[in-house]
Amino acid sequence: MTDVQDRPALMTRQIPAPAVTIESKPFWDAAADGKFLIKHCNACGEDHWYPRALCPFCFSDKTEWKESPGEGVIYSYSVMHRSPSGPYAIGYVTLNEGPAVLTNFVDVAPDGLSIGQKVKVKFQPTENGPPVPVFSPV
Amino acid sequence: MSIKGKAYIMGAYEHPLRDAPDKSTPQLHAECAKGALEDAGLTKDDIDGYFCAGDAPGFGAMSMIDYMGLRNVRHMDSTETGGSSYLLHVGHAAQAIAEGKCSVALITLAGRPRQNKFFGGGAGKPGQLTDGPPEAGYENIYGGSTHNTYGMCAMRHMYEYGTTSEQLAWIKVAASHHAQYNPHAFLKDVVTVEQVVNSRMISDPLHLLDCCVVTDGGGALIVVSPEVAKTLNRPKVKIMGAGESPKGPMGGRGLDLTHSGAVWSGPIAFGEAGVKPSDIKYASIYDSFTITVLMQLEDLGFCEKGQGGKFVADGNLISGVGKLPFNTDGGGLCNNHPTNRGGITKVIEAVRQLRGEAHPKVQVPNCDIALAHGTGGSLGTRHGAATLIMEREA
Repeated sequence: MTDVQDRPALMTRQIPAPAVTIESKPFWDAAADGKFLIKHCNACGEDHWYPRALCPFCFSDKTEWKESPGEGVIYSYSVMHRSPSGPYAIGYVTLNEGPAVLTNFVDVAPDGLSIGQKVKVKFQPTENGPPVPVFSPV
Repeated sequence: MSIKGKAYIMGAYEHPLRDAPDKSTPQLHAECAKGALEDAGLTKDDIDGYFCAGDAPGFGAMSMIDYMGLRNVRHMDSTETGGSSYLLHVGHAAQAIAEGKCSVALITLAGRPRQNKFFGGGAGKPGQLTDGPPEAGYENIYGGSTHNTYGMCAMRHMYEYGTTSEQLAWIKVAASHHAQYNPHAFLKDVVTVEQVVNSRMISDPLHLLDCCVVTDGGGALIVVSPEVAKTLNRPKVKIMGAGESPKGPMGGRGLDLTHSGAVWSGPIAFGEAGVKPSDIKYASIYDSFTITVLMQLEDLGFCEKGQGGKFVADGNLISGVGKLPFNTDGGGLCNNHPTNRGGITKVIEAVRQLRGEAHPKVQVPNCDIALAHGTGGSLGTRHGAATLIMEREA
């Protein structure tokens, strides 16, 4: 009991429904099924994030959606303390495939994050929208 | 100088669709760009100038350059005059090319009003598709602000180079030493390193006193021809060089939050002016946060990358004390950051220094060459950098 109370609260954050465009709809449809997609270019072979119709590296339109395990390491982060709903963490994850993804880190104490830490994606429900990807330490 | 005969239109493409329910507005911009490049026989990496207007979604040129992955842009123009924008852009592109500011300019227009009619435009309602900035759904939901996105930069800089909060605090301390002499400064009290690092944490590792002020107000500048300048009874501040650059995650490969666009805009401006960082007597450096200053000083070449912490420590930015007097009005950290845009006050204080009209306590003796540098947007996501070098003319 005492032990539990002494631990800092794990961070959560209520996340608003994302704006869904005709271009991003497949990503959010997959998110609803618990799948994390990134974009792969069949012309140059590179993966990129955020997903685009044309490859931001070679400008080919031969891009396709690819499911990712959503595993990687923290590139950087910052815990925002000036927040009425409690501290929350924003940061970039470098996916094992290479691209960096902006996200929130959840289910971790404000002092429990570090650069290089291994994290994995999970989906968090939103009100009136598809679930959104967030990351937690593994 | 005239633009006559100085530029040619060599690529043109009209999108074949008249009803585009299956393509986003950014995608239409990119497809138009691709079509015009193919028509010209050029590739995306040949583009070094980009022009767009109000139809470009999101953060204008910054969002579109990042979306399309235009990695060699050194000239940007988002002038918005409605439907005439793109004709005006051709004229501006010709001027830029004539001046050597770019050699391959891309101008895009795209939109899908037939779809917005059905979706009601704007942000849309829950469950409806929207037509917003390309990055919006993937980024804007995570509570990003200037504080925490710059916080990520500071966190990474500390990780890579061992920079400390105490070193960052010296930037605020220097600004406060200058602000005490500015009767208009929002914050006039001199602060210490201890006060900065003991102020409350806003977003790790940035404390309250690592952040700029929020102020109302504004500023204006008049730029004239040499002929007009001769007729005016004011000290002449000559524009010697200017550089600009976008920077963004660009597909997320090789994300690098410890560098700013100043690594590209700086050398362009120094090259045009024909001077070196060691020639600069006074520097106005954008100071939305202490980390902003530190990164830009490194990127502009005032010190080696990663050595910014050592460079700013011990009062090196204080006028009359250190080697590089900066933001002698108190900067955005203490004096003014009108409507959250600090670029114009950076130029204004540089003009005061070059005219010899800064406060006597902070006036740099024989200030003949000054630099002003700004960052717009966020170093933590995508931003536009601009460097200006000016010289006092006797």
